[in-house]
Amino acid sequence: MAREAHDYDDIPGTTVFDAQRARDGYPINSFCMSLMKEENRKAFKADEAAYLKQFNMSPEQEQAILTRDYNRMLELGGNIYFTAKLGATDGHSFQHLAAVMTGNTQQGYADMMLAGGRNVDGNRSRTGKHNRPALLTVEGSAGPKAAKAKASKTSSKTAAKAKTKSSAKKRK
Amino acid sequence: MAKIIAGIGSSHVPAIGAAIDNNKTEEPYWKRVFSGFEKSQEWMRETKPDVAIVVYNDHASAFSTDLIPTFALGAAAEFPPADEGWGPRPVPVGKGHPDLASHIAQSVILDEFDLTICNKMEVDHGLSVPLNLLCGKKGPDEEWPFKIIPLAVNVVMYPPPTGHRCFMLGKAIKKAVESYPEDLRVVIFGTGGLSHQISGPRAGLINSKWDKAFLDNLSKDPVKLSKIPHLEYMREAGAEGIEMVMWLIMRGALGDKVDEVYRFYTVPASNTAVGHIILEPRKSARSSKPSARRSVKKAPAKRATKAKAKTRRAAASAKVERIRS
Repeated sequence: MAREAHDYDDIPGTTVFDAQRARDGYPINSFCMSLMKEENRKAFKADEAAYLKQFNMSPEQEQAILTRDYNRMLELGGNIYFTAKLGATDGHSFQHLAAVMTGNTQQGYADMMLAGGRNVDGNRSRTGKHNRPALLTVEGSAGPKAAKAKASKTSSKTAAKAKTKSSAKKRK
Repeated sequence: MAKIIAGIGSSHVPAIGAAIDNNKTEEPYWKRVFSGFEKSQEWMRETKPDVAIVVYNDHASAFSTDLIPTFALGAAAEFPPADEGWGPRPVPVGKGHPDLASHIAQSVILDEFDLTICNKMEVDHGLSVPLNLLCGKKGPDEEWPFKIIPLAVNVVMYPPPTGHRCFMLGKAIKKAVESYPEDLRVVIFGTGGLSHQISGPRAGLINSKWDKAFLDNLSKDPVKLSKIPHLEYMREAGAEGIEMVMWLIMRGALGDKVDEVYRFYTVPASNTAVGHIILEPRKSARSSKPSARRSVKKAPAKRATKAKAKTRRAAASAKVERIRS
Protein backbone atom coordinates (compact mmCIF):
# COMPACT_ATOMS: atom_id res chain seq x y z
CA MET A 1 0.00 0.00 0.00
CA ALA A 2 1.23 3.50 -0.77
CA ARG A 3 2.02 5.75 2.15
CA GLU A 4 -0.67 8.09 3.35
CA ALA A 5 0.15 11.79 3.34
CA HIS A 6 0.72 13.39 6.74
CA ASP A 7 1.15 16.94 8.02
CA TYR A 8 4.62 16.05 9.31
CA ASP A 9 5.82 15.18 5.81
CA ASP A 10 6.44 18.91 5.54
CA ILE A 11 9.23 18.88 8.13
CA PRO A 12 12.50 18.95 6.17
CA GLY A 13 15.22 16.35 6.62
CA THR A 14 12.97 14.28 8.83
CA THR A 15 11.51 10.80 8.48
CA VAL A 16 8.90 10.29 11.17
CA PHE A 17 8.87 6.74 12.52
CA ASP A 18 5.12 6.29 12.46
CA ALA A 19 2.94 3.23 12.82
CA GLN A 20 3.12 2.39 9.13
CA ARG A 21 6.91 2.63 9.07
CA ALA A 22 7.11 0.63 12.28
CA ARG A 23 5.17 -2.09 10.46
CA ASP A 24 7.26 -1.91 7.28
CA GLY A 25 10.49 -1.67 9.23
CA TYR A 26 9.84 -4.50 11.63
CA PRO A 27 12.51 -6.71 9.96
CA ILE A 28 15.13 -3.93 10.09
CA ASN A 29 14.46 -3.14 13.73
CA SER A 30 14.34 -6.80 14.72
CA PHE A 31 17.69 -7.30 13.01
CA CYS A 32 19.12 -4.33 14.90
CA MET A 33 17.79 -5.66 18.21
CA SER A 34 19.57 -8.95 17.54
CA LEU A 35 22.87 -7.02 17.52
CA MET A 36 22.51 -6.52 21.28
CA LYS A 37 24.14 -9.94 21.69
CA GLU A 38 27.84 -10.43 21.10
CA GLU A 39 27.44 -13.80 19.33
CA ASN A 40 24.98 -12.24 16.87
CA ARG A 41 27.31 -9.35 16.16
CA LYS A 42 30.02 -11.86 15.34
CA ALA A 43 27.73 -13.91 13.10
CA PHE A 44 26.61 -10.79 11.26
CA LYS A 45 30.16 -9.58 10.74
CA ALA A 46 31.22 -13.02 9.47
CA ASP A 47 28.66 -13.04 6.64
CA GLU A 48 26.37 -10.02 6.53
CA ALA A 49 24.14 -11.01 3.61
CA ALA A 50 23.58 -14.52 4.97
CA TYR A 51 22.81 -13.23 8.45
CA LEU A 52 20.14 -10.84 7.12
CA LYS A 53 18.23 -13.71 5.45
CA GLN A 54 16.58 -14.75 8.72
CA PHE A 55 14.61 -11.46 9.01
CA ASN A 56 12.42 -11.57 5.86
CA MET A 57 13.50 -8.17 4.62
CA SER A 58 12.72 -6.59 1.29
CA PRO A 59 15.69 -6.41 -1.11
CA GLU A 60 15.74 -2.60 -0.59
CA GLN A 61 16.01 -3.04 3.16
CA GLU A 62 18.87 -5.54 2.80
CA GLN A 63 20.63 -3.22 0.41
CA ALA A 64 20.30 -0.22 2.71
CA ILE A 65 21.84 -2.20 5.56
CA LEU A 66 24.66 -3.71 3.50
CA THR A 67 25.61 -0.29 2.12
CA ARG A 68 25.09 1.42 5.52
CA ASP A 69 22.71 3.92 3.98
CA TYR A 70 21.31 5.24 7.25
CA ASN A 71 18.84 7.71 5.79
CA ARG A 72 17.44 5.04 3.48
CA MET A 73 17.05 2.68 6.46
CA LEU A 74 14.85 5.33 8.13
CA GLU A 75 12.74 5.69 4.99
CA LEU A 76 12.26 1.94 4.88
CA GLY A 77 11.03 1.79 8.45
CA GLY A 78 14.18 1.65 10.52
CA ASN A 79 14.23 3.69 13.71
CA ILE A 80 17.30 5.60 14.82
CA TYR A 81 17.45 4.02 18.30
CA PHE A 82 17.61 0.66 16.56
CA THR A 83 19.87 1.51 13.60
CA ALA A 84 22.34 3.09 16.03
CA LYS A 85 23.05 -0.47 17.19
CA LEU A 86 24.33 -1.28 13.71
CA GLY A 87 26.62 1.74 13.87
CA ALA A 88 27.90 0.61 17.25
CA THR A 89 28.46 -2.90 15.89
CA ASP A 90 30.69 -1.30 13.24
CA GLY A 91 32.58 0.40 16.05
CA HIS A 92 31.30 3.88 15.21
CA SER A 93 30.27 6.55 17.68
CA PHE A 94 26.83 8.05 17.35
CA GLN A 95 28.43 11.25 16.12
CA HIS A 96 29.75 9.33 13.12
CA LEU A 97 26.19 8.26 12.23
CA ALA A 98 24.92 11.80 12.68
CA ALA A 99 27.64 13.07 10.35
CA VAL A 100 26.72 10.42 7.75
CA MET A 101 23.00 11.23 7.94
CA THR A 102 23.54 14.97 7.74
CA GLY A 103 26.16 14.79 4.97
CA ASN A 104 28.70 16.47 7.21
CA THR A 105 32.15 15.50 8.44
CA GLN A 106 32.28 14.24 11.98
CA GLN A 107 34.30 17.27 13.03
CA GLY A 108 31.91 19.58 11.22
CA TYR A 109 28.96 18.04 13.01
CA ALA A 110 30.70 18.19 16.39
CA ASP A 111 31.55 21.86 15.83
CA MET A 112 27.97 22.64 14.88
CA MET A 113 26.72 21.08 18.12
CA LEU A 114 29.25 22.97 20.23
CA ALA A 115 28.16 26.19 18.57
CA GLY A 116 24.58 25.59 19.72
CA GLY A 117 23.27 23.05 17.21
CA ARG A 118 21.34 23.37 13.98
CA ASN A 119 19.20 26.48 13.90
CA VAL A 120 15.48 25.88 13.55
CA ASP A 121 15.08 29.02 11.43
CA GLY A 122 15.05 27.89 7.82
CA ASN A 123 14.55 24.29 8.91
CA ARG A 124 10.86 24.27 9.74
CA SER A 125 9.11 23.56 6.47
CA ARG A 126 9.83 21.87 3.17
CA THR A 127 7.14 23.77 1.33
CA GLY A 128 7.95 27.06 3.05
CA LYS A 129 4.35 27.35 4.20
CA HIS A 130 5.24 26.98 7.87
CA ASN A 131 8.35 29.08 8.34
CA ARG A 132 7.02 31.15 11.22
CA PRO A 133 8.11 30.35 14.76
CA ALA A 134 5.58 28.54 16.88
CA LEU A 135 3.05 30.45 18.95
CA LEU A 136 4.67 29.16 22.12
CA THR A 137 7.85 31.15 21.45
CA VAL A 138 6.16 34.19 19.94
CA GLU A 139 4.17 34.75 23.10
CA GLY A 140 7.20 33.51 24.96
CA SER A 141 7.46 33.42 28.68
CA ALA A 142 5.44 36.60 28.96
CA GLY A 143 2.15 34.95 28.09
CA PRO A 144 -0.77 36.54 26.29
CA LYS A 145 -1.39 39.22 28.94
CA ALA A 146 2.10 40.64 28.79
CA ALA A 147 2.09 40.41 25.03
CA LYS A 148 -0.97 42.66 25.00
CA ALA A 149 0.70 45.10 27.37
CA LYS A 150 3.74 45.17 25.12
CA ALA A 151 1.59 45.81 22.09
CA SER A 152 -0.05 48.80 23.73
CA LYS A 153 3.39 50.20 24.55
CA THR A 154 4.58 50.18 20.95
CA SER A 155 3.91 53.46 19.27
CA SER A 156 0.70 53.84 17.37
CA LYS A 157 2.81 54.56 14.29
CA THR A 158 4.35 51.07 14.18
CA ALA A 159 1.01 49.58 15.03
CA ALA A 160 -0.55 51.41 12.11
CA LYS A 161 2.30 50.29 9.88
CA ALA A 162 1.81 46.70 10.88
CA LYS A 163 -1.87 47.02 10.18
CA THR A 164 -1.41 48.35 6.68
CA LYS A 165 1.16 45.66 6.02
CA SER A 166 -1.14 42.89 7.04
CA SER A 167 -4.08 44.30 5.11
CA ALA A 168 -1.85 44.71 2.07
CA LYS A 169 -0.96 41.05 2.39
CA LYS A 170 -4.61 40.12 2.53
CA ARG A 171 -5.35 42.03 -0.67
CA LYS A 172 -2.58 40.15 -2.42
CA MET B 1 -1.94 9.57 53.18
CA ALA B 2 0.62 9.54 50.41
CA LYS B 3 1.41 12.84 48.78
CA ILE B 4 3.27 14.11 45.73
CA ILE B 5 5.68 16.67 47.12
CA ALA B 6 7.65 17.64 44.02
CA GLY B 7 8.15 17.19 40.31
CA ILE B 8 11.51 16.93 38.62
CA GLY B 9 12.11 17.45 34.93
CA SER B 10 15.39 16.20 33.55
CA SER B 11 16.99 15.21 30.27
CA HIS B 12 18.18 11.63 30.06
CA VAL B 13 20.94 11.87 27.44
CA PRO B 14 22.79 8.51 27.25
CA ALA B 15 26.19 10.23 26.88
CA ILE B 16 25.67 11.71 30.36
CA GLY B 17 25.45 8.18 31.71
CA ALA B 18 28.58 7.20 29.79
CA ALA B 19 30.42 10.22 31.19
CA ILE B 20 29.49 9.12 34.73
CA ASP B 21 30.40 5.48 34.12
CA ASN B 22 33.76 6.41 32.58
CA ASN B 23 34.63 9.03 35.21
CA LYS B 24 34.61 11.94 32.80
CA THR B 25 32.46 14.25 34.91
CA GLU B 26 35.40 16.55 35.70
CA GLU B 27 36.24 17.20 32.04
CA PRO B 28 35.26 20.78 31.13
CA TYR B 29 32.65 19.69 28.56
CA TRP B 30 30.90 17.50 31.12
CA LYS B 31 31.55 19.66 34.17
CA ARG B 32 29.42 22.31 32.48
CA VAL B 33 26.53 19.81 32.50
CA PHE B 34 27.06 18.27 35.94
CA SER B 35 27.62 21.56 37.75
CA GLY B 36 24.00 22.39 36.96
CA PHE B 37 22.84 19.49 39.10
CA GLU B 38 24.91 20.10 42.24
CA LYS B 39 22.20 22.17 43.89
CA SER B 40 19.61 19.62 42.83
CA GLN B 41 21.49 16.86 44.59
CA GLU B 42 21.56 19.03 47.70
CA TRP B 43 17.80 19.55 47.31
CA MET B 44 17.29 15.80 46.92
CA ARG B 45 19.29 15.05 50.08
CA GLU B 46 17.13 17.51 52.02
CA THR B 47 13.85 16.38 50.49
CA LYS B 48 14.37 12.66 51.14
CA PRO B 49 11.37 11.26 49.26
CA ASP B 50 10.16 7.74 50.01
CA VAL B 51 9.18 6.90 46.44
CA ALA B 52 9.93 8.27 42.98
CA ILE B 53 7.59 7.70 40.05
CA VAL B 54 9.90 7.96 37.05
CA VAL B 55 8.27 8.74 33.71
CA TYR B 56 10.75 7.76 31.02
CA ASN B 57 11.05 5.95 27.74
CA ASP B 58 12.94 2.88 26.72
CA HIS B 59 15.40 3.21 23.83
CA ALA B 60 15.24 -0.16 22.11
CA SER B 61 16.79 -1.76 25.20
CA ALA B 62 14.10 -3.68 27.11
CA PHE B 63 11.31 -3.04 24.59
CA SER B 64 11.73 -3.92 20.91
CA THR B 65 9.03 -3.27 18.33
CA ASP B 66 7.44 -6.64 19.20
CA LEU B 67 5.23 -4.87 21.73
CA ILE B 68 4.71 -1.11 21.85
CA PRO B 69 2.72 -0.18 24.97
CA THR B 70 1.76 3.49 25.17
CA PHE B 71 1.95 3.57 28.98
CA ALA B 72 3.64 0.75 30.89
CA LEU B 73 3.77 0.91 34.68
CA GLY B 74 6.36 -1.11 36.59
CA ALA B 75 4.83 -2.96 39.53
CA ALA B 76 7.79 -5.30 40.09
CA ALA B 77 9.75 -5.52 43.32
CA GLU B 78 13.02 -4.88 41.48
CA PHE B 79 14.06 -3.17 38.28
CA PRO B 80 17.46 -4.33 37.04
CA PRO B 81 19.36 -2.09 34.63
CA ALA B 82 18.86 -3.27 31.04
CA ASP B 83 21.68 -4.57 28.89
CA GLU B 84 21.91 -1.89 26.21
CA GLY B 85 24.11 -4.05 24.00
CA TRP B 86 27.40 -3.74 25.82
CA GLY B 87 26.33 -4.84 29.27
CA PRO B 88 24.05 -3.10 31.77
CA ARG B 89 25.09 0.27 33.21
CA PRO B 90 26.90 -0.13 36.55
CA VAL B 91 24.03 1.32 38.57
CA PRO B 92 21.88 -0.05 41.41
CA VAL B 93 18.99 -2.43 40.83
CA GLY B 94 16.00 -0.19 41.50
CA LYS B 95 13.81 -1.31 44.38
CA GLY B 96 10.14 -1.03 43.49
CA HIS B 97 7.04 -0.27 45.50
CA PRO B 98 4.67 -2.97 44.21
CA ASP B 99 1.84 -1.98 46.57
CA LEU B 100 1.71 1.66 45.57
CA ALA B 101 2.28 0.78 41.90
CA SER B 102 -0.66 -1.63 41.92
CA HIS B 103 -2.79 0.93 43.71
CA ILE B 104 -1.94 3.54 41.07
CA ALA B 105 -2.67 1.09 38.25
CA GLN B 106 -6.04 0.16 39.71
CA SER B 107 -6.99 3.78 40.30
CA VAL B 108 -5.96 5.22 36.92
CA ILE B 109 -7.40 2.33 34.91
CA LEU B 110 -10.77 2.99 36.53
CA ASP B 111 -10.19 6.63 35.61
CA GLU B 112 -10.02 5.39 32.00
CA PHE B 113 -6.24 5.33 31.45
CA ASP B 114 -5.60 1.85 30.10
CA LEU B 115 -2.10 1.14 31.38
CA THR B 116 -0.03 -1.90 30.67
CA ILE B 117 1.27 -3.40 33.90
CA CYS B 118 4.80 -4.81 33.96
CA ASN B 119 5.60 -7.32 36.68
CA LYS B 120 8.98 -7.92 35.11
CA MET B 121 10.83 -4.99 33.68
CA GLU B 122 14.36 -3.89 32.96
CA VAL B 123 15.10 -0.19 32.77
CA ASP B 124 17.63 1.62 30.58
CA HIS B 125 19.48 4.94 30.70
CA GLY B 126 16.20 6.79 30.19
CA LEU B 127 15.51 6.06 33.85
CA SER B 128 18.99 5.72 35.34
CA VAL B 129 20.55 8.91 33.97
CA PRO B 130 18.09 11.29 35.68
CA LEU B 131 18.49 9.31 38.92
CA ASN B 132 22.26 9.73 38.62
CA LEU B 133 21.89 13.43 37.98
CA LEU B 134 19.75 13.90 41.10
CA CYS B 135 21.45 11.35 43.37
CA GLY B 136 25.01 11.16 42.08
CA LYS B 137 27.03 8.16 41.01
CA LYS B 138 25.92 4.90 42.63
CA GLY B 139 27.44 1.50 42.00
CA PRO B 140 25.62 -1.79 41.36
CA ASP B 141 26.09 -2.78 45.03
CA GLU B 142 24.49 0.41 46.33
CA GLU B 143 20.86 1.52 46.43
CA TRP B 144 18.98 4.53 45.11
CA PRO B 145 17.82 6.59 48.10
CA PHE B 146 14.13 5.87 47.40
CA LYS B 147 11.81 3.24 45.98
CA ILE B 148 11.07 3.47 42.28
CA ILE B 149 7.95 3.12 40.18
CA PRO B 150 8.88 3.32 36.49
CA LEU B 151 6.31 4.53 33.99
CA ALA B 152 7.52 3.83 30.47
CA VAL B 153 5.88 5.87 27.72
CA ASN B 154 6.05 5.13 24.02
CA VAL B 155 7.62 8.20 22.46
CA VAL B 156 9.68 6.25 19.92
CA MET B 157 6.91 5.26 17.51
CA TYR B 158 4.65 8.03 16.27
CA PRO B 159 2.16 8.87 17.59
CA PRO B 160 3.09 9.04 21.26
CA PRO B 161 0.22 9.93 23.57
CA THR B 162 -0.83 13.57 23.16
CA GLY B 163 0.43 16.19 25.57
CA HIS B 164 -3.11 16.57 26.83
CA ARG B 165 -3.43 12.85 27.48
CA CYS B 166 -0.16 12.92 29.40
CA PHE B 167 -1.27 15.94 31.42
CA MET B 168 -4.54 14.24 32.33
CA LEU B 169 -2.75 11.01 33.25
CA GLY B 170 -0.59 13.06 35.61
CA LYS B 171 -3.74 14.36 37.27
CA ALA B 172 -5.08 10.83 37.61
CA ILE B 173 -1.77 9.71 39.16
CA LYS B 174 -2.01 12.54 41.70
CA LYS B 175 -5.49 11.40 42.66
CA ALA B 176 -4.29 7.80 42.90
CA VAL B 177 -1.31 8.66 45.11
CA GLU B 178 -3.43 10.81 47.41
CA SER B 179 -5.84 7.94 47.98
CA TYR B 180 -3.08 5.60 49.15
CA PRO B 181 -3.45 5.12 52.92
CA GLU B 182 0.20 5.01 53.96
CA ASP B 183 2.08 8.25 54.69
CA LEU B 184 4.52 8.39 51.82
CA ARG B 185 6.36 11.34 50.35
CA VAL B 186 6.39 10.85 46.60
CA VAL B 187 8.25 12.73 43.87
CA ILE B 188 7.59 12.35 40.18
CA PHE B 189 10.20 12.61 37.42
CA GLY B 190 9.40 13.70 33.88
CA THR B 191 12.41 12.84 31.75
CA GLY B 192 13.73 13.31 28.22
CA GLY B 193 14.22 16.30 25.95
CA LEU B 194 14.69 19.07 25.59
CA SER B 195 14.99 19.98 21.92
CA HIS B 196 16.96 17.48 19.88
CA GLN B 197 16.85 15.52 16.68
CA ILE B 198 19.17 12.60 16.17
CA SER B 199 17.73 11.14 12.96
CA GLY B 200 18.00 12.11 9.29
CA PRO B 201 19.52 15.10 7.51
CA ARG B 202 18.09 17.57 10.06
CA ALA B 203 19.88 15.87 12.99
CA GLY B 204 21.50 18.27 15.41
CA LEU B 205 18.53 20.61 15.66
CA ILE B 206 18.37 22.64 18.86
CA ASN B 207 15.77 25.31 19.66
CA SER B 208 16.69 27.09 22.87
CA LYS B 209 13.96 29.68 22.49
CA TRP B 210 11.29 27.02 22.36
CA ASP B 211 12.86 25.10 25.24
CA LYS B 212 12.86 28.19 27.42
CA ALA B 213 9.23 28.89 26.63
CA PHE B 214 8.41 25.29 27.53
CA LEU B 215 10.22 25.55 30.88
CA ASP B 216 8.57 28.91 31.65
CA ASN B 217 5.10 27.62 30.94
CA LEU B 218 5.44 24.60 33.21
CA SER B 219 4.63 26.98 36.04
CA LYS B 220 2.98 29.85 34.15
CA ASP B 221 0.53 28.10 31.87
CA PRO B 222 0.78 24.30 31.77
CA VAL B 223 -2.64 24.06 30.13
CA LYS B 224 -1.18 25.89 27.16
CA LEU B 225 1.61 23.33 27.00
CA SER B 226 -0.91 20.52 27.10
CA LYS B 227 -2.43 21.84 23.87
CA ILE B 228 0.79 21.79 21.82
CA PRO B 229 0.18 19.49 18.85
CA HIS B 230 2.68 16.77 17.99
CA LEU B 231 3.52 18.53 14.74
CA GLU B 232 4.81 21.53 16.67
CA TYR B 233 7.01 19.43 18.94
CA MET B 234 8.61 17.77 15.93
CA ARG B 235 8.96 20.91 13.87
CA GLU B 236 10.27 23.11 16.69
CA ALA B 237 11.99 20.73 19.09
CA GLY B 238 13.08 17.99 16.68
CA ALA B 239 11.70 14.59 15.74
CA GLU B 240 13.02 13.09 18.98
CA GLY B 241 12.16 16.22 21.01
CA ILE B 242 8.57 15.01 20.96
CA GLU B 243 9.48 13.00 24.07
CA MET B 244 8.96 16.21 26.04
CA VAL B 245 5.29 15.18 26.34
CA MET B 246 6.51 13.01 29.22
CA TRP B 247 7.21 16.13 31.27
CA LEU B 248 3.48 16.88 31.16
CA ILE B 249 2.66 13.71 33.12
CA MET B 250 4.96 15.03 35.84
CA ARG B 251 3.41 18.49 35.62
CA GLY B 252 -0.16 17.16 35.70
CA ALA B 253 0.60 15.31 38.93
CA LEU B 254 1.50 18.51 40.79
CA GLY B 255 -1.85 20.29 40.87
CA ASP B 256 -2.84 23.67 39.48
CA LYS B 257 -0.22 25.96 40.97
CA VAL B 258 3.45 25.23 41.39
CA ASP B 259 6.56 27.07 42.50
CA GLU B 260 9.72 26.71 40.49
CA VAL B 261 12.49 25.81 42.91
CA TYR B 262 15.34 25.41 40.50
CA ARG B 263 16.15 25.39 36.80
CA PHE B 264 19.16 24.59 34.65
CA TYR B 265 19.67 24.67 30.92
CA THR B 266 22.72 24.07 28.79
CA VAL B 267 23.54 23.24 25.17
CA PRO B 268 24.72 20.68 24.22
CA ALA B 269 25.21 17.28 25.76
CA SER B 270 26.15 15.30 22.68
CA ASN B 271 23.10 15.97 20.42
CA THR B 272 20.70 17.38 22.95
CA ALA B 273 19.74 20.50 24.86
CA VAL B 274 19.88 19.62 28.55
CA GLY B 275 16.94 20.91 30.55
CA HIS B 276 16.24 20.49 34.23
CA ILE B 277 13.62 21.89 36.54
CA ILE B 278 12.36 21.27 40.06
CA LEU B 279 8.77 22.21 40.82
CA GLU B 280 6.87 22.03 44.08
CA PRO B 281 3.09 22.17 44.41
CA ARG B 282 2.19 25.56 45.84
CA LYS B 283 1.21 25.18 49.48
CA SER B 284 -2.36 26.32 49.89
CA ALA B 285 -2.55 29.63 51.77
CA ARG B 286 -4.26 28.27 54.86
CA SER B 287 -5.04 24.71 55.70
CA SER B 288 -8.37 24.24 57.46
CA LYS B 289 -6.99 21.78 59.99
CA PRO B 290 -3.60 22.63 61.40
CA SER B 291 -2.62 19.11 62.35
CA ALA B 292 0.22 18.18 64.66
CA ARG B 293 2.16 17.01 61.65
CA ARG B 294 1.97 20.42 60.14
CA SER B 295 3.43 22.20 63.15
CA VAL B 296 6.27 19.70 63.30
CA LYS B 297 6.98 20.49 59.71
CA LYS B 298 7.24 24.23 60.27
CA ALA B 299 10.92 24.38 61.07
CA PRO B 300 12.10 22.42 58.05
CA ALA B 301 9.81 24.52 55.91
CA LYS B 302 11.73 27.63 56.95
CA ARG B 303 14.96 25.92 56.11
CA ALA B 304 13.50 24.94 52.78
CA THR B 305 12.75 28.57 51.91
CA LYS B 306 16.31 29.49 52.73
CA ALA B 307 17.58 26.64 50.62
CA LYS B 308 15.24 27.72 47.88
CA ALA B 309 16.65 31.23 47.79
CA LYS B 310 20.11 29.73 47.82
CA THR B 311 19.41 27.45 44.92
CA ARG B 312 17.85 30.29 42.96
CA ARG B 313 20.91 32.44 43.43
CA ALA B 314 23.10 29.55 42.46
CA ALA B 315 20.99 28.95 39.40
CA ALA B 316 21.52 32.50 38.29
CA SER B 317 25.28 32.25 38.57
CA ALA B 318 25.55 28.71 37.33
CA LYS B 319 23.56 29.31 34.20
CA VAL B 320 25.86 28.14 31.48
CA GLU B 321 24.19 29.01 28.31
CA ARG B 322 25.47 28.74 24.80
CA ILE B 323 22.41 30.02 23.13
CA ARG B 324 23.01 31.39 19.70
CA SER B 325 22.24 35.06 19.47
